[in-house]
Amino acid sequence: MTAEKVITCKDLTKKFGDFYAVNRISFDVARGEIFGFLGANGAGKTTAMRILCGLSYPSSGEATVAGFNVYKQQESIKKNIGYMSQKFSLYEDLSILENITFFGGVYGVSRKEIKTRSQDLLERLGLQQQAKKMVGELPLGWKQKLAFSVAIFHRPKIVFLDEPTGGVDPVTRRQFWDMIYGAAASGITIFVTTHYMDEAEYCNRISIMVDGRVEALDTPANLKKQFSAADMNEVFYQLARGARRSGE
Amino acid sequence: MQQLFVFIRKEFYHVFRDRRTLLVMFGLPAVQILLFGFAMTSEMKNARMVISDNARDVQSQQLINKIKASSYFTISEAVTDYRDVERAFKKDEVKCALIFPAGFGNDLLNGGRAQVQIITDGSDPNTAKTIINYLTAIITEYRQQQFPAAALPYKITPEIRMLYNEEGNGSLNFIPGVMALILMLVCTALTSVSIVKEKEMGTMEVLLVSPFKPVLVLISKAVPYLVLSFINFTLIVLLSVFALHVEIKGSIFLLFLESTLFIITCLSLGLLISNTTSSQQTALLICMMGLMMPTMVFTGFMFPLENMPWPFRVISNILPSRWYYIIIKAVMLKGLGFKYIWKETLVLAGMTLVLLTIALKKFKIRLQ
Amino acid sequence: MASVTVQHISKTYNAGTVLAVDDISFEVQQGELFGLIGPDGAGKTSLFRILTTVLLADKGNASVAGYDVVKDYRAIRKCVGYMPGKFSLYQDLTIEENLEFFATVFGTTLKANYDLIKDIYDQIEPFKNRRAGKLSGGMKQKLALCCALIHKPEVLLLDEPTTGVDAVSRKEFWDMLKRLKQQGITILVSTPYMDEANLCERIALIQNGRILSVDTPPNIVKAYPVNLYAVKAAEIYRLLTDLRNNPQIESCYAFGEFLHITIRDKDREGEKILKDIIAAGGHRDIVIKKITPTIEDSFIRLMNQPGAGVSGLAIP
Repeated sequence: MTAEKVITCKDLTKKFGDFYAVNRISFDVARGEIFGFLGANGAGKTTAMRILCGLSYPSSGEATVAGFNVYKQQESIKKNIGYMSQKFSLYEDLSILENITFFGGVYGVSRKEIKTRSQDLLERLGLQQQAKKMVGELPLGWKQKLAFSVAIFHRPKIVFLDEPTGGVDPVTRRQFWDMIYGAAASGITIFVTTHYMDEAEYCNRISIMVDGRVEALDTPANLKKQFSAADMNEVFYQLARGARRSGE
Repeated sequence: MQQLFVFIRKEFYHVFRDRRTLLVMFGLPAVQILLFGFAMTSEMKNARMVISDNARDVQSQQLINKIKASSYFTISEAVTDYRDVERAFKKDEVKCALIFPAGFGNDLLNGGRAQVQIITDGSDPNTAKTIINYLTAIITEYRQQQFPAAALPYKITPEIRMLYNEEGNGSLNFIPGVMALILMLVCTALTSVSIVKEKEMGTMEVLLVSPFKPVLVLISKAVPYLVLSFINFTLIVLLSVFALHVEIKGSIFLLFLESTLFIITCLSLGLLISNTTSSQQTALLICMMGLMMPTMVFTGFMFPLENMPWPFRVISNILPSRWYYIIIKAVMLKGLGFKYIWKETLVLAGMTLVLLTIALKKFKIRLQ
Repeated sequence: MASVTVQHISKTYNAGTVLAVDDISFEVQQGELFGLIGPDGAGKTSLFRILTTVLLADKGNASVAGYDVVKDYRAIRKCVGYMPGKFSLYQDLTIEENLEFFATVFGTTLKANYDLIKDIYDQIEPFKNRRAGKLSGGMKQKLALCCALIHKPEVLLLDEPTTGVDAVSRKEFWDMLKRLKQQGITILVSTPYMDEANLCERIALIQNGRILSVDTPPNIVKAYPVNLYAVKAAEIYRLLTDLRNNPQIESCYAFGEFLHITIRDKDREGEKILKDIIAAGGHRDIVIKKITPTIEDSFIRLMNQPGAGVSGLAIP
């Protein structure tokens, strides 16, 4: 089965002066995959993600996202992806409905579609009564779930999630991952980074970056076999322990 | 005591490692002084004038030459038709017109009196008035030169002098005002932002949970800015003296002493403002924007306070810069001694005490 | 002797509309390594701020090292070491300058208490002239800990010291805490990471401003009321849906590569029931086993009980 490749990158590099933030990484992500992109702080994850989101130019190497070139077609990339991070999700002083309408409009969803889809979204999350409530008043877990729904509102091919479940309680985290499973089943590719190693297990495949390079790329089961580890925590620990960049 | 010293040293580190703020702190006053001094002057120079000389005689020519010789006017053209004059005004090519009637010279020599018409652009009344004054002065001077014994009996010719400013140096008005404005804005803004920054970064929280006394925080924040503002003030004075050729008539020592007092007043105000907000942006807005308008309007250097209705005059008394402006004018421009400004000094000192006390009392020993 | 006591503390914000801390009570013994485990918004930071005296509670009493948090706040501020969230240090001062500053603030010097922080400081000493703003998360964490320890406090209050830090540094940090405990310092730590709960002597699980449970980690796990099973199959997502739709299953949620299941009918043999259900669904590579619950399992179960103050969060 040849699945369509929604992300490809080959020898992708980003350097700042002499410092190689991302050092010749290569991997592919297939359509509908849940791809975990792991690594310690400073390993180069964020830099790599920014390139794939069309926010930054690589220094060398090739990459395509949703079929678009990261050098020449950054705007097309941005139109075809969704993005959500822990640091920013929605506007706290706008209501739920206002946020949905705003982001829908930004991504070019027609007004008619926005109406139907937002009703659908609110129903699925059980928030019909709270549509006019300010997002700032919601508990963190709900904000994150709502933010994810908004990120896929315009039915992008790929959605990038940057530590989406940070600090959230265990139950909400799992509800969040239920939503991720649902999205993946409908054909949206998920590119997610996380600090929770048990969440790494939910992914189809994982890559672990250390010091700017991809040091592991496989399914969780295979990685555990490869490193003789009981869980992903141990795999990660073994890899990250040898990193030189954690002290700098 | 050692705590205080260490804290002050830390504050100096912060200040010197923040290049951008240093730039604003020293750059802004310098730029303002130079701008106000050179660019903004209410003097008139090179006003364009159109002349319609219908007389074309010796006298009219003499008067025209005299006007040309002054640096106030640039003669743009000589026309004969009244409609050309009108057109020149409409096109905004000139600021004024001077029209000699046909028999100007004759009237003057034979009848002892003649008329000229001065037309100015009234849509800019201040400039228009100045132009009228200049022209009138030149004309009067011409008449006196040509006809010294011209007996216009009992005519009292006013002799005009501008005390303390014989040359009519326009920038003199602004320098004390700008000093007051700059010191007020910069000192207040920088001090309050520095304190609020600690709140925003979270380090204030750590400081609170320590034996460190709150009053020491306030003092140590104020000291570096006191020193820097002092240097800043010196810079402003030097600029004024050497670039703008302003003469300091009074005691330099007294000038610096009073300015130090004013700086402390402003720092106290900054400390007080820092208690009201936890966001650097808000602190900056309050200090720069919130204080700027009142300071510019109510200090009295842009618009005379005497012209304002009395409620405004009462409000202006609250502003420290208003009192400092009086003091600076007295010492710097008039050369007066302490005897003449003790009242204003007392007001400033009183304000400082009140501000400091309130700032201390309102200093939050908890986060909420 | 209790080092920290909390009695019926409540705290609201925004004129009473936000209930951050809801009638919390617990104690920390002297020299204990105590963990406050809960997600963001649970009330951990508010509680810490009340204990360090920078916030006033609406109701209740608390004391630290024997001093009341309201009346004797000055005494508390002299004898605790506090590390607020997000490492509050001076970004533009170097490591050494930060340390010396905080040492002087507490009326001591770097040299006087050097052996206390030696283990930790040795790791960052090579970078002592680097500005704090340019350090990695792990190093900032170590520096912040040194600054909190520099005056040999009786009680150490650390608010989410491991959040946002990589896994390796987190582990090192907890090793450092264990060594500190041996010096007799009482340590109260908060963290959202459930797996760190096992590294504490006693823990309090906190959610939505309420305490769910206070005990040693083993005891909390022992108190899990039913049997817990872990299952796995080739198609995990389909298995999840199958099980959730089955009326015999009480709860089913993902946990790493397994699903954790509890069964409604507590008397019958769980493994057999599961075997039947899963086989009926035509799954392959089936693994079923009974397991000891983790703290996270306990947290989830406690969260979903009535009275836990969990609003609008139904079990999926």
